[in-house]
Amino acid sequence: MGIAPMELDEPISDVDISPDKPWVTIVWNDPVNLMSYVTYVFMTYFNYPKEKAQKLMTDVHLEGRAVVSAGTREEMERDVTAMHSYGLWATMQKDD
Amino acid sequence: MSSYGFRRTLTGRISCRLEEPERSLLAHLTRQLIEMVEPEAPQEDQDPLAAMVGIESDVSRPSDPAVARLFPDAYLDDATASDDFRRYTERSLRSSKLANAHTVLDTLDSSGEKVTLAQGPAAAWLGTLNDLRLVLGSRLGVTDEGHQIPEDVSEDDPSVGLHHIYDWLTYLQETLVQAMSGLVSELPDDRG
Repeated sequence: MGIAPMELDEPISDVDISPDKPWVTIVWNDPVNLMSYVTYVFMTYFNYPKEKAQKLMTDVHLEGRAVVSAGTREEMERDVTAMHSYGLWATMQKDD
Repeated sequence: MSSYGFRRTLTGRISCRLEEPERSLLAHLTRQLIEMVEPEAPQEDQDPLAAMVGIESDVSRPSDPAVARLFPDAYLDDATASDDFRRYTERSLRSSKLANAHTVLDTLDSSGEKVTLAQGPAAAWLGTLNDLRLVLGSRLGVTDEGHQIPEDVSEDDPSVGLHHIYDWLTYLQETLVQAMSGLVSELPDDRG
């Protein structure tokens, strides 16, 4: 085995999704929430750096949705509840 | 009009100037929000321990679309799991939205034209302004970020006033989030 970096076919995700994090939280685009507010929420609640928060916000805005966190079911329940408390439209699902 | 949106002062405090009619309007809207969000009294046959820890015995998706937007389903294709999620979370979610709204009322009660917010109340204001916009946006059928009054709405249509209120709340929230972030030049500006 060489030391060259392996080529991975998997899509590059902004969020660390691994086998021990089988659930994901998805934030959906909606016409009311402000882009600045969504970025603020991602920075404040997830403690994401500004660039990552803005990238996720842009994904939500342009792609219609973005995976914003991954973890156990209990962790995602906590994140979805928090997103709802901020007024963001969020759902959770098993990452198949 | 001497009103202006939120800004961060040199001393780091966040303040805005609201005329009396604006403060009354905001208080009025916030009281309406409280009525929509207030949980119903626990049913008599509900398990008292469950009520105490905030577990509902029977909840499902609210029939009012505006309320449903405040308390969305947690699962896209699983109504049973969504209802189950509500049983455990909705009461505390309602409580946190109510606490925010009451903070806004308290601030308005104790403020004159100049409304100054410490960090905690500023977060509560941000949440309530967002909730108010979600409710109004749902009522008005807002489908576009760059909200404009639909062309088929005539000038004397009663909804015109609501559209203006929606835009005003957007302005307040936008200036508040910018002031709180302290990143005025770095956060995206929705007003383009």
